[in-house]
Amino acid sequence: MATTEPKANDEPIVLDDAIIEGAEKLSEEDIAQVINDMIRTEGGARFKAYLNTCMSCGYCSGACHYYLSRDKEPRLAPAAKVKQTLGEFVRKKGRVSRETLMRSCEIAFTDCNLCRRCMMYCPFGIDVAFLMLFVRRVCHKLGVVPRYIQDTAHSHSATMNQMWVQEDEWIDTLQWQEDEARDEIPDLRIPLEKEGADVYYSVIGPEPKFRAQLIYQAAVLMHAAGIDWTMTEFPGWDNSDMCMYTGDIEMTARLKKVHFESALRLRSKRIVMGECGHAFRSVYDVGNRFLGWKMPPIEVVHAVAFYDELLAEGRLKIARKFERPVTFHDPCNIVRGQGLHEKARSVVRQSCETFIEMEPNREHNFCCCAGGGVINCGPPYKNKRVKSNRVKAEQLMAAREKGAEVVIAPCHNCHGGLEDIIHHYKIDIEIKFLIDILFECMEK
Amino acid sequence: MYDIYALARGPLAWGAFIVFFGGIIYRLAAILLEARKKDHVVYAYFSPYYAMRSMLHWIVPFGSRSMRQQPILTTVTFAFHICLIGVPLFLFAHIILFKESFDISWWTLSGMAAQVMTVIVLLSCVYFFVRRIVQPDVRYLSSTADYLILLLVVLPFATGFWAARGWAGFEIATLLHMLSGELLLALIPFTKLSHMFFFPLTRIYAGSEFGAVRNAKDW
Ligand code: SF4
Ligand code: SF4
Ligand code: SF4
Repeated sequence: MATTEPKANDEPIVLDDAIIEGAEKLSEEDIAQVINDMIRTEGGARFKAYLNTCMSCGYCSGACHYYLSRDKEPRLAPAAKVKQTLGEFVRKKGRVSRETLMRSCEIAFTDCNLCRRCMMYCPFGIDVAFLMLFVRRVCHKLGVVPRYIQDTAHSHSATMNQMWVQEDEWIDTLQWQEDEARDEIPDLRIPLEKEGADVYYSVIGPEPKFRAQLIYQAAVLMHAAGIDWTMTEFPGWDNSDMCMYTGDIEMTARLKKVHFESALRLRSKRIVMGECGHAFRSVYDVGNRFLGWKMPPIEVVHAVAFYDELLAEGRLKIARKFERPVTFHDPCNIVRGQGLHEKARSVVRQSCETFIEMEPNREHNFCCCAGGGVINCGPPYKNKRVKSNRVKAEQLMAAREKGAEVVIAPCHNCHGGLEDIIHHYKIDIEIKFLIDILFECMEK
Repeated sequence: MYDIYALARGPLAWGAFIVFFGGIIYRLAAILLEARKKDHVVYAYFSPYYAMRSMLHWIVPFGSRSMRQQPILTTVTFAFHICLIGVPLFLFAHIILFKESFDISWWTLSGMAAQVMTVIVLLSCVYFFVRRIVQPDVRYLSSTADYLILLLVVLPFATGFWAARGWAGFEIATLLHMLSGELLLALIPFTKLSHMFFFPLTRIYAGSEFGAVRNAKDW
């Protein structure tokens, strides 16, 4: 695998061998056929309106952390990403070279987090993320997808979870976490397959694999708050979805169906999901749509909103507040995605002594540069991902200077992304989930 | 010469207006029908309240953070658009033509105001042009079409100004003014200038999604 990273202003090179291998199998006719079919069948009103309406004004440029972090490299302006990809597809009537296809693939998969910040800065509200997803779908249909994220998509199709977790491993992990927690709280349970529970709790594939303590903490929190809850032992326990990001919407629909249906089968009142941004997006405004539901068929509550509700109802009580000063990273998928920023702040204020805002914040926060499946494209792109978010590093450093010692990010991908940024730019700040804080501070 | 003038004053003007209005109706209908077929979300999530909220924030100068971040561009853009629409619509000389043809008339700008506004349009175009060349990201984004539509806008205003000042050759200028104005009108529906009537559509959609589904601001 090629390892060198292009300098900001060099001609780019393709870093992922799967992209090259995929493209080598294609003739220009194949490429043209798929592109034109896609434009004919899926290039609807939004697609046309966006492409026709963009005035090349550059209002969106300064919205994108890639552009800002890489010395205002023109190619990284949101509208420029469209120009280099779909712009070429349309201009050449689909007859683009393999090089253009490979470049388009890299741009759509690794130069855009689909964070939708630029949409808020465009006078027309042009949704560049939507257009980049269109490019990804073309790439998916052509079999030109970065290797690591395609592997997670394969895992989704084979196992209905993101991390090749086998069913026995999943159950073992839950039992192990239950055992551990019982040392602390003897009557704690992680209920499995319980019918008619108030809460169906689902997590993302990486939790049992890498961050099992989060399941432990969630179980303790549920116990402390006296929640009637359950998880499922069958596929459907994973609410994550990388297929949504590889352009495989058919798989997305299957995944979300399994997830919704397992909650409905258990006749749960609602789904509560762990602290993940993209999973929430897939359940709340992507997967349900592909399945033909205007809104999810069963109420879906993100962990942040759930905590806020428990605190407001007094079911969860803070024993003593978290002492070290904290700042908060607004994950795009739950803030620009469901406006949970005020609820998150309410939880933070109730559980922490000192809260320091990052600038800009709320809807205007910068993405972590891991989202949209970019971190899932793996090691070949890590360098670029970190370099492409200097603005985030600057945001964090400014918060650090104001005294913040901890940054709270209620999203798995954000964690991965921020960790790399903190490490690369040597920022002396620790990163935590909201549940880490609550676990430490609540009455158990 | 007089023949061409009559042509521009009569059939061509009619043609331009028909193509302009017909084109707008055609393109709007086409896109709305296409959305019915392929973009169900556009109708499903349509929310008048949030659509209006979004429109208001983007139609009021400096109503969005994005606009505040680029104060010069925003000021020029608003001045440009106000004058661009205001001058042709309220110019005394235009109203006279309507009066003659249809016996309808409305409020008009003073000659001086119209000239100042025309100069604003022209200077704004110069600014846009220079910005397109000088600012690297915008330069990268710009295609030939972006430069051509600037030219398309400059022509009727420049010739109109020339004619209004009565400078040498103003007869020719008047004719060119009519022809280029008609060309502009007829091309609006079929070029990027269609953003004039696509703006509400894309904003309505963005505003509805952000407001009604995502409980978030979009400005
Ligand atoms: S990363 Fe975010 S701001 Fe940048 S182009 Fe993609 S969606 Fe827009
Ligand atoms: S702000 Fe919107 S119209 Fe302007 S260049 Fe960006 S996408 Fe195009
Ligand atoms: S990982 Fe977090 S910040 Fe990054 S795109 Fe996802 S939600 Fe946004």
